Parts: sequence; C-alpha cells; structure tokens
Amino acid sequence: MATKVVMEALSPTMEEGRLVEWKKNEGDAIAVGDVLAEVETDKAVMELVARAAGTMIKQVIPVGTTLPVGGIVAWLGAKGEAVPGGEAAAPAPAAAPKSAAPAAVAAPAAVPAVSAPPASSDRVKASPLAKKIAKEKGLDLGRVQGSGPAGRVVLRDLEGASAQGAVSAAKAPLATGRASTGAPGVVFEDVALTQIRKTIAKRLSQSLGPIPTFYLTMDVDMTRAAEAREALKALGPEGKVSFNDIIIKAVATALVQHPACNAWWMDDRIRIWHEANIGMAVAVEDGLITPVIRNAETKSLRQISAESRDLAGRARERKLKPDEYTGSSFSLSNLGMFDIEHFTAIINPPEAGILAVGKVREEPAVVNGQVVVRQKMRMTMSCDHRAIDGATGSAFLKTLKTLLENPLALVW
Amino acid sequence: MAVLTYRDALNQALAEEMRRDPSVFLMGEEVGVYQGAYKVSRGLLEEFGPMRVVDTPITELGFAGVGVGAATLGLRPIIEFMTWNFALLAIDQIVNHAAKMRYMSGGQVSCPMVFRGPGGAALQLASQHSQAFESYYAHIPGLKVVAPATPADAKGLLKSAIRDDDPVIFIEGEMLYNTKGEVPEGEHIVPIGKADIKREGSDVTIVCHSKTVTPALKAAEALAAENISAEVLDLRSIRPLDHEALFRSATKTHRVVVAEEGWAFAGVGAQVVDDLQREVFDELDAPVVRVTGADVPMPYNKHLEKAAKADAPKIVAACKKVLYV
Repeated sequence: MATKVVMEALSPTMEEGRLVEWKKNEGDAIAVGDVLAEVETDKAVMELVARAAGTMIKQVIPVGTTLPVGGIVAWLGAKGEAVPGGEAAAPAPAAAPKSAAPAAVAAPAAVPAVSAPPASSDRVKASPLAKKIAKEKGLDLGRVQGSGPAGRVVLRDLEGASAQGAVSAAKAPLATGRASTGAPGVVFEDVALTQIRKTIAKRLSQSLGPIPTFYLTMDVDMTRAAEAREALKALGPEGKVSFNDIIIKAVATALVQHPACNAWWMDDRIRIWHEANIGMAVAVEDGLITPVIRNAETKSLRQISAESRDLAGRARERKLKPDEYTGSSFSLSNLGMFDIEHFTAIINPPEAGILAVGKVREEPAVVNGQVVVRQKMRMTMSCDHRAIDGATGSAFLKTLKTLLENPLALVW
Repeated sequence: MAVLTYRDALNQALAEEMRRDPSVFLMGEEVGVYQGAYKVSRGLLEEFGPMRVVDTPITELGFAGVGVGAATLGLRPIIEFMTWNFALLAIDQIVNHAAKMRYMSGGQVSCPMVFRGPGGAALQLASQHSQAFESYYAHIPGLKVVAPATPADAKGLLKSAIRDDDPVIFIEGEMLYNTKGEVPEGEHIVPIGKADIKREGSDVTIVCHSKTVTPALKAAEALAAENISAEVLDLRSIRPLDHEALFRSATKTHRVVVAEEGWAFAGVGAQVVDDLQREVFDELDAPVVRVTGADVPMPYNKHLEKAAKADAPKIVAACKKVLYV
C-alpha cells in the first residue's frame, strides 16, 4: 500500500515548508531514515526523512513549492504501484470521480467524495473539541503536532501535550527543571508572583505595551579586555577571541551572580534560570537568528569562542537545528562591527532581558585625574520591568562592568 | 417478560388499543380476511368484526382519504399500507390533507390517525420495493414520524401513535417482523420523540434507527474487540427528533456516526449532522460521518444489493474514521 510523505513540522513554530531540493527521485529505492528532500522552514534548511521504506513512486510537488505542514510531498510504495487516486495531486482536485458501485462498497458514505479546498497555512487546524480544551487548559495548539488529516489537532494529540511543552505559562503548575543533558542539579526554578510583582506587571503593561521595557546604559572601559584579547593572540590561531566572546563569558558569569536577570516572564510566574543560556543575535541574509551558547557560565572563553564561531557560521548557512536556536535565558546583541556606538535591543520574550553592546572605540577618559585614551564601549540592557526592577538590572550591569574591566576575573 | 416477535408486538398493540377505544379501527389491503400481508392483523377481524377491520381494494389514495375523513370526524383510523412504496400513491392525502388539517382549519379540526406499514428494503425486491421514505415524511410540518427497531419499541410506539391527536407515520420493517425481543405486557407506552440508548459507550456514538440498529449493534460489538467503546443511540422517532439525547451522547463521546437505510442526500442523517454542528460544535473532535444506502436505485442483483446497503463493516469503518484510527 502506498504511504504518504507529508510536510513535517521541522521546527517548533513551522507552519509551512518550502521544498528546496529533492534528494531522491521517482523510482529510487527508499529505506527508513533516508533523506528524501531538503526543506526550508521558518528558521533553517532541514532534512525531510523517510518514515517508511519502499520506492519513491511520486514526487507530488516541484522544487520551490511551499506546502503547509501535513501537506503531501511524495508517495512511497511498491515499485510500479499507482498513486492512490484523488490524493496525489498537491492542489486538491475539485471532486473525486463518482465511484462505481463495487468501489462504493468500501466507502463509508455513499455520497461522492469531494475534496476540501486547499487549506490556508496561516491557521492551526484543530477539531472544535481540541480548540475548546486547549482554551480551557491554556494549551498553545500551534505547538502541538496534529495527528489528524492534514495535521488536524484532535483530542488525543492534547493528551500529554503538556509534556511536549505546549502548555503556555498561564495554567502550568510551578516547576523546577532538570538538565536534559543529565547534568546534575536544577536548571531553573519557577517563582510565584508576589502581589507587588503582579501590580507592577499590570500597571506597567498598561503604560508601555505588553512588555514594559526600560533601558539601563553603562559605559565600560574595555582597555584591559582589549589587552587580554591581544595577549591571547600569542597562543596562535586558537587564541583568537572576539570582544563578543569575552562579553558572552562576562554576561554568563554576571548572570550567575544576579539570577533575577536570568529569567523568563511567564505571565503567572517568573522562571529563574540557574544556567546561563546566552542567545547571541546573528544577522543572516533576510533577518536574524539567535543561536544559543548553553551553560556559558561553565564554559571557558576558548570553548565559547569556538562554539560561537561554529553557530554563527551555520546560522548564516541556515543549517541550525531548532534546539540550537531556542531556549535561551538571556540574549546579547552586538552591532559594534557596524560602528554602532549605542542602541537599544528589543526583548525576545519570554526572556526578561537583553543586552545591546556597541563598538569598542578609543575615547578620551579621565583616569586618576589625567585625561588618557581608553578603549570604551557602551552597553544598554533592555529590561522587562515585570521581572526586573531598575536596581536589579543596575546591580547586574555593575558586576558585568567590573568583570569586563578586570577580565582576569573571568578565569578566577 | 414475554418474548414476542416484532409482528406480534404490533398485533398486541393494535388489539389492546382497539379494545380500549372503540373509535380505533384498522383499514387497508388484506388486513381482514387474509389477516395482513405480514400477519400483523392476525385475529383482529375475528375479535372486532368487519366494521373495525376493513379490507379495501388496491386504492391507496382512496382509503387513505377515507381515513383522513374519518379522523376529522372523530374516529382514530389506522391506515395500513402493504408497504410504504405503495403509499406514494396516497401521499397527496397524507401531505396535503392529514398533515395540514389542524393548521388550515385554525385548530378546529385535528387528524388523529396512524399510517403504518413496512418501509425500506427486504431481500431482492428491486428498486421500486426497497425504499426508505423516513425523510420524505419527516420533511413535512404536521406529521410525526416514528420507526421502531425492537418489538418492545414497536408496541410502545404504536400505542403512543394511536393515542396521538395528530397524524403519525409509523414505519415498520419487513426484515424486522420476525425478530424477537422481550415486550412488556399491557400498558407499555414509548413516548414519541424519545430516543433510546441501545448500548452504552464512551468513544463514539452511532446514531441509527429502525433497521440500522442491528448493524450498529454488530459494529459496536466488533469495535469492542478493538477496545473501542461505541454508544448506539436509536432515534426511534425521526420527527420530533430527540435533540437532548443526541446532544448528550455527542457531548459524551465527541465523535458521531449516523447510519440510516435511506439515501444520503437530504436524509435523516443530514438533519442530525446539521443539528449537531450547530448546537454542539465545540464538542466534536471530528466531522460527523454518515453511513447510508448507496446513491442508486436499489439493485436487484443480490451482491449489488448487499453492497448498496448500510451494514456493520461500513459503520465500523466510519467509526474508525471519526476516531482517526
């Protein structure tokens, strides 16, 4: 019997995919796990893998076609097998031919089957019941993989959906999380909102939109950091670290000391992360993406440097896997290479903070009563005021400044 | 409790009601001397005499009209059609007279009568004699339509139909007459407009009536072997439809299959689906799927006839479809 190959949700937010390249042709023998095609999702180019074995009997869509998740990409079957009628073509046929009497026996309904019009891809397909239950339980249907026709989310897909992370923050019980890598210890803890936090959140959201943001700016003397960077070059090509690598390391170290800034705002609670997963904004051809340096607080500058180079490179090639660009606890955006001295970054929810850093440049500075030339950098933290207060954010920035101005502390 | 055939349950209801109310009489082809084409009126001529058990010529329109006249003048006629296929000749009296009498007389005249006989297919009676007409009559304001599936329901509903002050279309089944079941003795009344759960279940509701109740129960049994719990809801009355029971069951199982003997287009199931989508939309986990007779005049060839009927395997397949399995 022929098996459909459907457009799979290859990223958590993917609703449609564009076929970039066929890796198998009609007539090719297919084993389970073979890469059938490359598909461009909203974030990256991913591999569409065979879930069944057989022969590729039909490529339903040509290269370049965009198809909603659940749409039919190809058919696998026995060699020479015909594609089941009516369902083969990508654009739904107007109506299946009326069955002759013997064929009608198998059909549960005697009326001629009429194909549904091609569904629009910008909505989540779910049964009315699934929608109702999702609303009651605070589930985000967009994050549930539907098992019904054309990816329709049905009741059974919601059973255990909370385990898949589909529960939006609103109704989930307070939790602590453990590292999926098997590392010991708790990686985050949820903190219930105090009344004062609730009031702050409510009042400030009314004032400034859903994420009431304020900005804290601090000047940092990067002279020593620049010296350290030069010194490391003596180690050879491996010793080449960027200011950004040093800032990532310093941010991670400071976040451990100021966990309140390493947090997610989750509407009914604040999730305090115990590991510093730093998202670093990388400009790509038609947008940006934030690959994540995980557990940056435990990594050496050398590790961070190697990892960030690899992630940024693959981000530009759109080869990142979803788990490489999701789940950051705090983000960093650096426009120094574009000569920007100062800017403010937009918070990437649910994170409560993001740091925007500008160019490291020479400036006259007063040191011990003398005007001298120093390497200065201006950094601005955007804070979600529902989670972070001015004093909290300032204390974090003060620590960060101290670390950057005394880079030896990073290896202390 | 006595076990009776469907045929004898109807006979019991007729006899009991004729004893209870002298205004009740039976009229139709072969109802008297021959004791009914299907022996439903066995013994009635002997007990009640030719004034109340009236043999007619083959004149459906004529004796249906006599019945309407008798009813408007205060009697309670029971008009037997040898089958509902022949009642097509009488449909003007049913639709244009019986159904409209109360309305067009401004409530001055009612039409308390029963039209009854077997409907739907039996075996190899070909297209003209194998038709399920429930939806024809259910379409008409002023008519009530009932189609019992079991001997007990047949007795209880016929008694209710005879006592009703408006015309009732009472659809029996040739293939049901010999089926047996427990039937309460004496005053056993099944109210018109009340459905009945013939089997409780939790995963899917099979809505059915009359002859599709048996395949629905068989389908439920087959599904149970696969750990699928199907509820079988026998509508019993097509009009008025028991919305409360329908919505309650759909709300419980979230998935509905409607099975009926008739054709799909504008059929009973079409009305059921319309009511469900409007009233319990948010309870449905899948589009309602219908199992109906094939959209053809009933074939005479026995294999084709079998293929054209709504049967248990088709109901099982429909249930699996709404369960996404």
